[in-house]
Amino acid sequence: MALGIGCSSRPGKAGNNKTGSWRVFKPIFDHDKCTKCGMCKTICPEGCIEESEDDFFIPDETYCKGCGICAEECPSDAITMEQEEK
Amino acid sequence: MLEITEGSHAVAKAVKMSRPQVIAAYPITPQTHIVETLADMVANGELDAEYITVESEFSALSACIGASAAGSRTYSATTSQGLALMFEVCFNVSGMRLPIVMTIANRALGAPLSIWNDQQDSISLRDCGWIQFYAEDNQEATDLHYIAYKVAESVEVLLPAFVCFDGFILSHTYEPVDMLSQEDVDRYLPAYKPFQKLDSDDPISMGMYATPEYYLEFRYEHDQAMKRAKDVISKAGKEFGEMFGRDYSALVEGYRLEDADTAIVAMGSLCGTIKDSIDEMRLAGKKVGLLKIRCFRPFPAEEIRNALSHVKRVAVLDKNVSIGAKGAVAIEVRDALYGKTMPVLGYILGLGGRDVRISDIKNIISLAESGKGDQFYGLRTEVL
Amino acid sequence: MRELRIHGRGGQGSVTAAELIAVAAFEGGVYAQAFPAFGVERRGAPVQAFVRFNDHVIRLRSQVYEPDYIIVQDSTLIKDVNVFLGVKPGGIVIVNSGKKIDASVPAGVKLITIDATSIALEVLGLPITNTTLMGAFAAASGEIKFSALENALRHRFPGELAEKNIRAALKAFEIVKGGA
Repeated sequence: MALGIGCSSRPGKAGNNKTGSWRVFKPIFDHDKCTKCGMCKTICPEGCIEESEDDFFIPDETYCKGCGICAEECPSDAITMEQEEK
Repeated sequence: MLEITEGSHAVAKAVKMSRPQVIAAYPITPQTHIVETLADMVANGELDAEYITVESEFSALSACIGASAAGSRTYSATTSQGLALMFEVCFNVSGMRLPIVMTIANRALGAPLSIWNDQQDSISLRDCGWIQFYAEDNQEATDLHYIAYKVAESVEVLLPAFVCFDGFILSHTYEPVDMLSQEDVDRYLPAYKPFQKLDSDDPISMGMYATPEYYLEFRYEHDQAMKRAKDVISKAGKEFGEMFGRDYSALVEGYRLEDADTAIVAMGSLCGTIKDSIDEMRLAGKKVGLLKIRCFRPFPAEEIRNALSHVKRVAVLDKNVSIGAKGAVAIEVRDALYGKTMPVLGYILGLGGRDVRISDIKNIISLAESGKGDQFYGLRTEVL
Repeated sequence: MRELRIHGRGGQGSVTAAELIAVAAFEGGVYAQAFPAFGVERRGAPVQAFVRFNDHVIRLRSQVYEPDYIIVQDSTLIKDVNVFLGVKPGGIVIVNSGKKIDASVPAGVKLITIDATSIALEVLGLPITNTTLMGAFAAASGEIKFSALENALRHRFPGELAEKNIRAALKAFEIVKGGA
């Protein structure tokens, strides 16, 4: 990177930063318990939880850091964190 | 046109003619008359600028960052405690390479509280990456504002600048000043064209964080820009001289120095009194000269070395003290003369408004001739 | 170079007097410098202001220690401050007083007393004596022309206020010219 005068820079895209590799624990969504309330999508700090065609919610593993906030906040305890095999 | 006016009013007029688009400042003695006058000019429509009233100097310079980053020619003024409160912001301004010009009406720092003149305030900020000019009289104080903007905004430089003039001694003195016309100023200082600016249609971020992989390089670039400023100042000062007859191309200026045995080095209004002292001492057969430092940052080490190489001794007068070390100018002049054999003696004087008279300058020369220096001069031992 | 030192109390307009004297001197083609010695900035405290007159640029920035002229706006200051200190032989001291001064000026120094307070009260309705004493100074020193003083006052003060101050200054000017 060439230095910008005054440490200035063009805005980047968060999408370029594939944070999924940071993950140790992965959220597992139990669709039997899920009430489709959407809390997980609302509070995900990475903004990587998308709504599927059948109104369930699915994390994008390219970006999910495995922070576990969704699991912590899910009112139905429908999300559990499991260690991911790498 | 030559007119007699108060220093602060002359500076305010020079600022007005530099066509700043945004002014943010907080009044503080002895700077107040400058910003009061500018506020009047904006209020009565003489000056088409945004005058932002703020609740502190910290806010004043912070508002200036926003204005300058958005591409405006920006101005502020302060002194003493006000400048101290701006400390953090000063580093941000220069690090973001924003060409803000700020007048410093030099005043002592508290405690103990003092509203009177010395140069501790701006000298204490010598490391913050701003260009620093020091004016000998109100003519220089006004002219240096045009030059400061021209240099600061140059793409080779892009650094902010202090124009320092001694509080009360210059700011509150009525004396004749040759004021340029608006047409003259416009010819010398064209409208500001920012190198980069905040623009929602073409967004950038400024002053991002630099990781350890980059920070050192940013400081290097900043230092390089300051070093490039030397040539840019010379050029801008020469151009000013060609257009208006007052040449400011030299960062240091000698007075009767060519054949001097003893050279005095000083900055600011002290230089006038020193020149009169030198004339008197010359009549008495003493070969004394002055080297005035007009530009303290970038520090003209090479120019100082060249100008002083022939003298037998150097007496540096500091209106500041780096407590536990020496006067800042003395330290740096000695550094510039590293390897030379003449003594470089420092004298700390005039702090907190203590008057400096011709007799004081003569006494200092006597001290220097007897090899005594690196001391406070003029102490009232009866109160110690 | 000639030098003037003005002694007054905060609020009496000593700094303004110094400035306007410098402005008037400049109009007469003289290089002038006026500046204050601010002490504690409050009404009633002793203050000093200085003016230098020269034929060429004035570089000196120290205060005035050996004045050619002294103006004392308030004779009670004589008790507190050595207002005559350093006055040059042949110098002129102008003291605002309605009475005879019970202080001796150095030998060879001309002392002029003028009841500027009474003149100011009569003409301005206020005991602010700076402009009156400027008239006396113009007459006694010859450093400034009265017409230049008029211009300086009109430039500084609006309309009738300027005219009143000019009348007060003129009264003192005429008294001193008349050899009071």
